[in-house]
Amino acid sequence: MAKVIVMTSGKGGVGKTTSSAAISSGLALGGHKTAVIDFDIGLRNLDLVMNCERRVVYDFVNVINGEATLRQALIKDKRCENLYILPASQTRDKDALTKDGVERVLKELAADGFEYIICDSPAGIEHGAFMALYFADEAIVVANPEVSSVRDSDRILGILQSKSRKAEQGERVKEHLLLTRYNPERVEKGEMLAVGDVEEILATKLLGVIPECASVLKASNQGVPVIHDEESRAGQAYSDAVKRMLGEEVDHRFLTPDHKGLFQRLFRRSA
Amino acid sequence: MSFLDYFSHNKSQAASIAKERLQIIVAHERSKRDQPEYLEALQKDIMAVVRKYVDIDTDSIEVQLERNGDYAVLELNVMLPD
Ligand SMILES: Nc1ncnc2c1ncn2[C@@H]1O[C@H](COP(=O)(O)OP(=O)(O)OP(=O)(O)O)[C@@H](O)[C@H]1O
Ligand SMILES: [Mg+2]
Repeated sequence: MAKVIVMTSGKGGVGKTTSSAAISSGLALGGHKTAVIDFDIGLRNLDLVMNCERRVVYDFVNVINGEATLRQALIKDKRCENLYILPASQTRDKDALTKDGVERVLKELAADGFEYIICDSPAGIEHGAFMALYFADEAIVVANPEVSSVRDSDRILGILQSKSRKAEQGERVKEHLLLTRYNPERVEKGEMLAVGDVEEILATKLLGVIPECASVLKASNQGVPVIHDEESRAGQAYSDAVKRMLGEEVDHRFLTPDHKGLFQRLFRRSA
Repeated sequence: MSFLDYFSHNKSQAASIAKERLQIIVAHERSKRDQPEYLEALQKDIMAVVRKYVDIDTDSIEVQLERNGDYAVLELNVMLPD
């Protein structure tokens, strides 16, 4: 049975695409046949983050419109054996995604033996974001420790609980919270919401905390999902999150400032 | 200055203010979300009727539906000017 997982947030620029690339790569590295779909019609960014932008021939909308087969449109990842990318179309027609069309593609992927289907949602709560979450079995709500992002996350949770197909069928989408761009130094100074605060407000189970990390920009510049950077804190935090998705119990890391930074600060202060 | 002083002196209130504001707005939006969709339309209609007689502004009317087990109470609050 394929699991459809939406990466959603409401607010833009919080790390959905970064997380979709990292987590789909992590699942594939774990031996699971995984597809990642870019629902950001008109913008298309996932292909760049995953370094397959020059191999895009057909896209999601072409498949929905019957202009290409799914097989023709799926791009096999160069790094992970089990990973395939379905790029977004650059059409300006935002309504190109239809419920029927999306459902057909998801069903075909499931029939093809895909175990995980990650849907990278566009920002907002409009049509595209709705299409990305409608068929979800699970949702990873990506939030930053910041007021407007947390408020939007709560709105998205409300939509998942009332407008998704699962909700229509009287069931519930399994929700996870992924807190990204977390800065433990600022949390310690009382300048930034702590992970516990966000968990308490949203009352959603925590999947992971991804620290604010220079490695993320470096990774997207190079087109290598950050999970492949095993030295980086963000890469390790994403690996932990994937393990939790696969049922392992892993302690959360990088929630407090690292000691080097702390001593540097103390030194700077007394100097 | 001791190690702990460093933190207590520099501790900002920003995060706790953010948390408090969020708790309030999220609770407010959740309660609205759980209300039936017709409530907003009902509120508008009631307002139009009241306005035929008294001049009031939009936020002087509050319509709320409270569920209590197997019955629901529709509460209507109209704040009239002196
Ligand atoms: N943990 C992190 N540390 C540092 N920078 C990050 C982190 N996560 C994301 N970013 C940066 O934030 C920016 C937005 O990330 P991303 O494109 O993944 O967000 P998004 O939610 O997909 O945005 P959109 O809503 O536009 O689709 C990018 O420049 C990315 O490099
Ligand atoms: Mg994106």
